[in-house]
Amino acid sequence: MAKNTKKTDAPVAQAPRGGLFTYAPAPESPAAAGDIATSYGHFIGGEFVDSSGSEALKTVNPATEQVLAEFAQGTGEDVDRAVAAARRAFADWSALPGSERAKYLFRIARIVQERSRELAVLESIDNGKPIRETRDFDVPMVAAWFFYYAGWADKLDYAGYGPNPKPVGVAAQVIPWNFPLMMLAWKIAPALATGNTVVLKPAETTPLTALRFAEICRQAGLPKGVVNIVTGDGRTGAALTAHPDVDKVAFTGSTPVGRSIARQLAGTRTKLSLELGGKAANIVFDDAPIDQAVEGIVNGIFFNQGHVCCAGSRLLVQESVQDEFLEALKRRMSTLRVGDPLDKNTDIGAINSSAQLSRITELTDAGEAEGAERWSPSCDLPGTGYWFRPTLFTGVSQAHRIAREEIFGPVLSVLTFRTPAEAVEKANNTPYGLSAGIWTEKGSRILWTASRLKAGVVWANTFNKFDPASPFGGYKESGYGREGGRHGLEPYLNVEARDV
Amino acid sequence: MSDVSLRLDVLKTYKLYVGGKFPRSESGRVYEVTDSKGQWLANAPLGTRKDTRDAVVAARAAVKGWSGTTAYNRGQVLYRVAEMLQGRREQFAAEVAAAEGLGVKKAAALVDAAIDRWVWYAGWTDKVAQVAGNANPVAGPYFNLSTPEPTGVVGVLAPQAGHGFSFLGLVSVLAPVIATGNTAVVAAAAEAPLPALSLGEVLATSDLPGGVVNVLSGRTADIAPTLASHQDVNGLDLTGAVHQDGPGSPAALEAAAAETLKRVLRPAADPAAADWTQAPGTKRLTSFLETKTVWHPMGI
Repeated sequence: MAKNTKKTDAPVAQAPRGGLFTYAPAPESPAAAGDIATSYGHFIGGEFVDSSGSEALKTVNPATEQVLAEFAQGTGEDVDRAVAAARRAFADWSALPGSERAKYLFRIARIVQERSRELAVLESIDNGKPIRETRDFDVPMVAAWFFYYAGWADKLDYAGYGPNPKPVGVAAQVIPWNFPLMMLAWKIAPALATGNTVVLKPAETTPLTALRFAEICRQAGLPKGVVNIVTGDGRTGAALTAHPDVDKVAFTGSTPVGRSIARQLAGTRTKLSLELGGKAANIVFDDAPIDQAVEGIVNGIFFNQGHVCCAGSRLLVQESVQDEFLEALKRRMSTLRVGDPLDKNTDIGAINSSAQLSRITELTDAGEAEGAERWSPSCDLPGTGYWFRPTLFTGVSQAHRIAREEIFGPVLSVLTFRTPAEAVEKANNTPYGLSAGIWTEKGSRILWTASRLKAGVVWANTFNKFDPASPFGGYKESGYGREGGRHGLEPYLNVEARDV
Repeated sequence: MSDVSLRLDVLKTYKLYVGGKFPRSESGRVYEVTDSKGQWLANAPLGTRKDTRDAVVAARAAVKGWSGTTAYNRGQVLYRVAEMLQGRREQFAAEVAAAEGLGVKKAAALVDAAIDRWVWYAGWTDKVAQVAGNANPVAGPYFNLSTPEPTGVVGVLAPQAGHGFSFLGLVSVLAPVIATGNTAVVAAAAEAPLPALSLGEVLATSDLPGGVVNVLSGRTADIAPTLASHQDVNGLDLTGAVHQDGPGSPAALEAAAAETLKRVLRPAADPAAADWTQAPGTKRLTSFLETKTVWHPMGI
C-alpha cells in the first residue's frame, strides 16, 4: 500500500459518470421464453382444459403494456373439477412410498434446471422483474426448493413430527405475483413431498410460468391430478380457499386477504398457513461498515422493485451516522439502472401492474403530504410500461403512512434512533413481523437485537437471503406457518391427528 | 447364438480408483476373481499397503474441497451418481449376478435399490444438520448452536457378506460417509471386488471431485490394518472385517485404531446375516460426524 501511494502522486482522473464506463445494452432475447399460446385454459387432471365459463383475462408485459396471452377466469365449476381431480389423485399419491415421490420431485428439480433460461425469460416478461434476478435468483431457487423437499419425502420419520406422519389431503394454494414461479415452488414442493395433492392458483397478473410448470409436470411423468393449476383473479381464489373438499389452505399475499381467509375457515377442520405483508426495519448501528450496509439496504428495498413482502422498507439509522450514511446511500441509489427487464444490466425493472403503480403513487404522495422529504435520483424512464424511480423519504415519523403501511414498491422510509433499545422499540412498532435487518460489527449486539425483534427472519449484515433449508415466515399479522426447512413440512402434515 | 459369432468380446482391465485416476497396483500384481461357481471373471489389482497409503494421501487432499462445498452441491453430486448408475444398470446387474451367484433379475433389483440408496443419501446432505444439530437453550445470555461437521478421512471396509453385499452393501456404507462431507478410502470386498471397481468409473463421471472416494481391491489383511493404524485416517468402518483372528480381525483393527482414537463403526455381530435391502437409518450418517458447538454472547 505504501509503495502505491508514492507512485500515485498525481491525482487519478475520475471516470465521468455516463462516460468511459457506460453500459452497452445487453438484452436477453424474448424468444428464449419459448412459445406463448394466445390463450390458456386450466391444467386439471394432467390435461389442459377449457374453463366452464367464457370469461378470459389478459396478462400483459408490464415493461411494454403488450398483451402476452389470454387465460381463463376460473369459475366455481372449474375449481370443483380441479379439487375433484386432486382428491382422486390423493389416494395413490399419498400411498406411494416416499422414495418414489422423492424421485418425481428430483425429476422436476432437474427439468427446471434444464429449462432454466426459458423459465427466467418467461418470468421476466410476465412479471417485469430484471432478467438478472430471474436468472440468478428466482429460477435457481425453484430448482433448489424441489431438490430440498424431494429429499424429505422419504425421511419424514426424522422430521420431528413423530413416526410416520400423514399428509393432510388436498391443498388449495394461492400465490402472489411478486415471485410467481418461486412461490409456486415454495408451495408445491413441500406439499407433494409430504404426500398431499394440490390445486394452485397463480396471480392474475403472472400466470404464465405456472402454466409452463404444468408442462414440466408432464415431462416428469407426475401422476395426473397431483398438481392442478387453475387461473383467475381473486374470485377464483376465494372459491378455491372456501371449497368444502379442501383440507389445507396455503396463502401468500396481502394481510387483508389473509385475514378474510382465516375468518372464512374459522370453525372448519381446514388447516391454514399464511405468509402475508411486512414492514421490515433495517437497523444500522453507528459501527456498521458503511459501504456494506448501504449495499445491503439497497438490496433490501430495491430488489425486485421492492415487490417483496420481507423488503427492508424502513431504514432505522443511528442518529450519529445519519448524514454520512444517507449521503452514501444516495450516491449508491444514483447508480441504479432502471429500465428494460430483459437487459442483463438492469437493476430495477417494471412495476408489475398499473394497479400496483397507482398504489405506490398514492402512498408516496401521502408521504409528501404528511411532511416527509422525498428524494429520487434523476433517471430516464421508458415511455411505455409501468415504472417508478427508486425513492427515499427522510424526516419520516412513526405516525406517517409510509412508515406504517406496506408500499410494496421501491420506496424506502428513513427514521432515526439514538439507543439500541429505541431501535428495537421502533422496529417492533408495527402490526407486521416478517423480517428485520441488523447492521453492526459487534456480534453480541446482533444477537441482543435479534432476540428482541418480533420478526420471523432476522438478517445480520446481510439481507434478503433465502434458502430451502431455512424456515421463512412471520410473527403477528405477517401470518403463521413457516416455509422452508424442516419446519416447512409441518403445514402439510396432519399433526393435528393427535389431540393430546 | 453367441457360439457362432466370430466377434471376440473386449474384456475390461479392472483398475484401482485413486485420486480420480485409475492406476494399476504399485505392486504390479493382480489376483483372480471368480464367480460363485469358481469360473474366472477377471484379474483384479492386488492393492498393497503402499497403494493404501497413496489412497489416504489422495483422500486427505480432497477433504478441504469436498467438506467445503455446500450441502446442496454435495446432494446434487450424489444424485448425479444415481443418474449415471441408472444408465449402466445392466452392466452392474451382470457383475452383481456373477459376484453373488444370483439370477440377473434379482441382481438388477439389487442394483435398482443401490441407485435409490444414492438418491436417499443425496437428500440427506442438507438435512443431517437439521436432524443432528441443535440450538441449545443455555442458562445465560448466550447464543449456543451445535452443528455436525465431517470428521475427515474415513477408511471403509466394504461388506463381504450378506444379501446384496457386493454393490448395494457397498453403496450403503460408502454413500453416508461422503454425504456429510468426509472423504473415503474403500477396501472392496476381497472376493467380489468388480462392482466396486466399476463404481469408480461411475464416480469419475459424476462431478465427484477426484480423491473423495478411493477404491482398492486386494487382501483385506493388507489394506485394513494399514487404514486402522494410519495417522491420517480419522474414522474406520469395520463392516467388512470378517476375519475372526489375526491383524484383520475386528478386535485387532479396533485396537490399532485406538492408537489414534479413530471413530470406529463396529461390524454386525453376524455379517453374513445382513440384508442390505433393508431401509437404512441414520447411524451410518452420524457415525463419522463431529459436533461443533459455538457460543457467542448476547449484549449491547
